[in-house]
Amino acid sequence: MKLFTKNMIILGFVVLLAVFPLYFAKDAEFGGADGEASEAIMELNADYTPWFESFWEPPSGEIESLLFALQAALGSGFVFYYLGYSRGKHSFSKRDQA
Amino acid sequence: MIELSRRLSERSCFNLMEIGKLKRTGLFLVYVFAVYMVFPDNVYAMHIMEGFLPFNWAAFWWIAMVPFVIAGVRSIRKTVKLHPNLKMLLGMAGAFAFVLSALKIPSVTGSCSHPTGVGLGTMLFGPTAMTVLGMIVLIFQALLLAHGGITTLGANTFSMGVVGPLVAYGIYKGLKKLGAPQWLSIFMAATLGNLMTYVTTSIQLGLAFPAATGGIMASILKFMGIFAFTQVPLAISEGLLTVMVFNILNAYSKRELQVLTAFTGKAISTLKGGVKA
Repeated sequence: MKLFTKNMIILGFVVLLAVFPLYFAKDAEFGGADGEASEAIMELNADYTPWFESFWEPPSGEIESLLFALQAALGSGFVFYYLGYSRGKHSFSKRDQA
Repeated sequence: MIELSRRLSERSCFNLMEIGKLKRTGLFLVYVFAVYMVFPDNVYAMHIMEGFLPFNWAAFWWIAMVPFVIAGVRSIRKTVKLHPNLKMLLGMAGAFAFVLSALKIPSVTGSCSHPTGVGLGTMLFGPTAMTVLGMIVLIFQALLLAHGGITTLGANTFSMGVVGPLVAYGIYKGLKKLGAPQWLSIFMAATLGNLMTYVTTSIQLGLAFPAATGGIMASILKFMGIFAFTQVPLAISEGLLTVMVFNILNAYSKRELQVLTAFTGKAISTLKGGVKA
């Protein structure tokens, strides 16, 4: 089995795992849930007040998603840069030996 | 179809993989229904937010984190000094954690959480190296995204950068020793490392917020149920993605992989030095 085919099959499973909940739990909110975390803690200890605030919070959901997208883009950019680089190096050295 | 199955049977290794997947699918369905019965409500699973650990616990986890960070810096320095050409691979391991931490993926519990991506680097560079890289990712998210926090950085680094990698490392080594195929060792290591990260988060929250009835244990179990269940499909996703990357590395970066003692397990005496010192 070719590397590409093998990885595409694996990727298929990953996509299925991500898409399945959307159908399975149709009515769920799929919240980012940071707010709910505090609720659960308040439930356990109603007197608790967070003693520290974030230095800076993204002013809106749009800007937050921009930053998350940026994080993913930077990360995947480097991951694929490396994978492409090593593939190129590999095929180059193979040609050298031939 | 017949041709396909013949091709599959030619590779016994792949057959094993298929069987494993079938078993996993079955288990997953059982799990899904269990979850739906127990937690029909919207739940959450992520890092501990800014200010949401009492001062003493925040300080405790900061202190607990420090030795691992120091060991990690030393380990990275040593790797880079011994093999300067591995710098890019190290960067890639960090970038992998960076991108996976940004992907909030829906789970069957009806909320979203994200993978951690530290398993890959752990198997390449050893667990403490990933403490450092994981901490960098967490700092970025705490400062720019108000996700996690600086006061809770110690606790979050401890779960994602210490416990997760240590578990992944132990599982990887153990399964390899037992003679499991490499893809399975990698998959289980990344998956369980991810899962244990969130189990640790639940323990940290449980310790800090004991339930009025049942105390610490009841509280831990409550958080654990929520966190661990949401995380299961994501942990599996992380395991699969990690196997994907290793497939590519095996094909194109064989030479780099052979140098990495943490990965091959050869030369154990230098391995210990490489990881700890």
